Amino acid sequence: MAIAPTQSLPDSVPVLLRVTDLVIVTDTPSGEVTLVDGVSFEVRTGEVLCIVGESGSGKSLTMLAVMGLLPVGLRVTRGSIQWRGRELLGLRDRAMRGIRGKEIGMIFQDPMTSLNPLRRVGNQLAEAVRLHNKVDRKQALARVHALLRTVGVPQPETRARAYPHQWSGGMRQRAIIAMAMANDPDLLIADEPTTALDVTIQAQVMSTLEAAREELGSALVLITHDLGLAAENASRMLIMYSGRIVESGDVVEVFERPTHPYTQGLLASLLRDDSERAYAIPGNPPSPRNRPRGCAFEPRCAVARGQASCSEVRPMLTDRGNGVRSACHFASGPIPIAIGIRPSSAPSEEKV
Amino acid sequence: MTKYVARRLLQAALTVFCVLTIAFVLGRASGKPAALMLTEGATEQQIHDLNETLGFNRPLLEQYLDFATGVLSGDFGNSYRNPGVPAITLIAERLPATMTLALTAFAVGLALALIAALAIHIRGSKLLRSLFIWGGSMRQSIPDFFFGVLLVLIFSVGLGALPSLGYTGPSSFVLPVATIATAQFVLYVRLLDSSLSEQAGQEYVRTAYARGKSHPAVVVTEMLPNALLPVLTVAGLNLAGLLGGAVIVEQVFAWPGLGEVLITAVSQRDFAVVQAGLLVVAMIFVIVNIAVDVLYSVIDPRVRPS
Repeated sequence: MAIAPTQSLPDSVPVLLRVTDLVIVTDTPSGEVTLVDGVSFEVRTGEVLCIVGESGSGKSLTMLAVMGLLPVGLRVTRGSIQWRGRELLGLRDRAMRGIRGKEIGMIFQDPMTSLNPLRRVGNQLAEAVRLHNKVDRKQALARVHALLRTVGVPQPETRARAYPHQWSGGMRQRAIIAMAMANDPDLLIADEPTTALDVTIQAQVMSTLEAAREELGSALVLITHDLGLAAENASRMLIMYSGRIVESGDVVEVFERPTHPYTQGLLASLLRDDSERAYAIPGNPPSPRNRPRGCAFEPRCAVARGQASCSEVRPMLTDRGNGVRSACHFASGPIPIAIGIRPSSAPSEEKV
Repeated sequence: MTKYVARRLLQAALTVFCVLTIAFVLGRASGKPAALMLTEGATEQQIHDLNETLGFNRPLLEQYLDFATGVLSGDFGNSYRNPGVPAITLIAERLPATMTLALTAFAVGLALALIAALAIHIRGSKLLRSLFIWGGSMRQSIPDFFFGVLLVLIFSVGLGALPSLGYTGPSSFVLPVATIATAQFVLYVRLLDSSLSEQAGQEYVRTAYARGKSHPAVVVTEMLPNALLPVLTVAGLNLAGLLGGAVIVEQVFAWPGLGEVLITAVSQRDFAVVQAGLLVVAMIFVIVNIAVDVLYSVIDPRVRPS
């Protein structure tokens, strides 16, 4: 399943999706709370971008905003989302529906709940075909059978007639991948597609997803909290922390020379053959309600340690060379990670 | 499915048998009817003689076996109050009036609630929701017997537009149906609204939007079937209750239905009529329950008997 990280794409490759300074807030009794805070990035044709972050870092919300599917109560207050140069924010519902499922396909986290339990799997997939193509039921089902075969579902004709509860989790996720592929989208968004699956199934589903992407030649945004998954599949990655991007760049560059202390902590927390126990970043991410005024990572940071600039001034994303950008006042270059200096016995449940 | 329904019918027969037995025992335990049938000055001897004639002085078991064999051949005995009239005839005469009233009111209430709940969710309108829920609470805070009288006061006495009592033609349906249907409407609109709201947060709904489906289509074809499941149970119990006789509403509108005849029979210890009536009510409950279960398995493949 390991897919060699592809090279970063040259600038000549057209930009499919450009998100600029996106801010997502929710209203609470105690006022507006900012959940995604000024996120900017772009996705180019055919590239695989990974968004890595802990739960609550805003990675899923960012992509739901792209789909125009933010949960009720959340809204975009600033920024722009351009799909092939066309602004999606404020787009009429009818136009947005023409993009959803047709130009952008989305795969969700939990295959057990992502399908309607009362409808046959084949019918739900056929609907994805028929919503965007003038074909009859029979033609749509034929397409569904072909799609299911592509994603490795055995006996698709029989399986399509079954209901979701008669499918296993891994098979359901394949069906959902097939649904997202149904109209040859230019972009697939996969929101933690393997998190809810058995470890033994995860690799199969990932390789199915990668095969699907390759067949379509589409771009893929893979949302995950699994750095290993990012390393294996993506060419570029964004690291998000507390609603902001803290580091972005080519996967190989970021893995070899992480410049943000958070990224360094994440990489250090990966289990290695020679380490007796995994490193853990001490503490927990801040609640979006009381995000520190300066750098959101400051309270947990091994580098900041009481420096006023960290607690007072929010660091901006800055070029670090080789296409890597990070938001840290002290990330002038690769910082040697201080594993062993900080005892990992500190109360820390954080595992990314 | 056929096997399943057959098994359910067998269970149903057992249930009905138990209901009849209990009705028989409890009825006899409440006393003998002769004293109530005779005039106030009747002597002990006269009461005893009448009970003897009617067979109430025989051992209970003997009476029961008599009753049971009668039921099996479709004979519930004659009404003691209306000599010579079979009890089952008295019930059968009243059944159509009750059934048409109950079914009409139930269907109207449920259909309007369905339309209202769908309107709330398709429009996403908080105003509509407040309107229906608030208006519904107003209706619910008025007891049926008073609401019925209110309708009579306005439409029969005040406007002279509709008949107030008994059954004189199709227009007689309007007021009793309105009384029951509004109460049903309130119940279902609340149930459906909260059930739909719950479904709106489900992930399959998001998947449906993600494939490009429009909001109204998602509400009607994805959310609604799921939202109907919890409503179905309540609706079944309600419908069975209404079919067994909407006693209070029937009284208010002097509706020639089952409720009235059953109440009279109970107070007069007209055992044969009570037993025949209870048989009908029990059968209605059992049949509606089976219908609900079958409907469940039609909507939800997860509970379908394999």
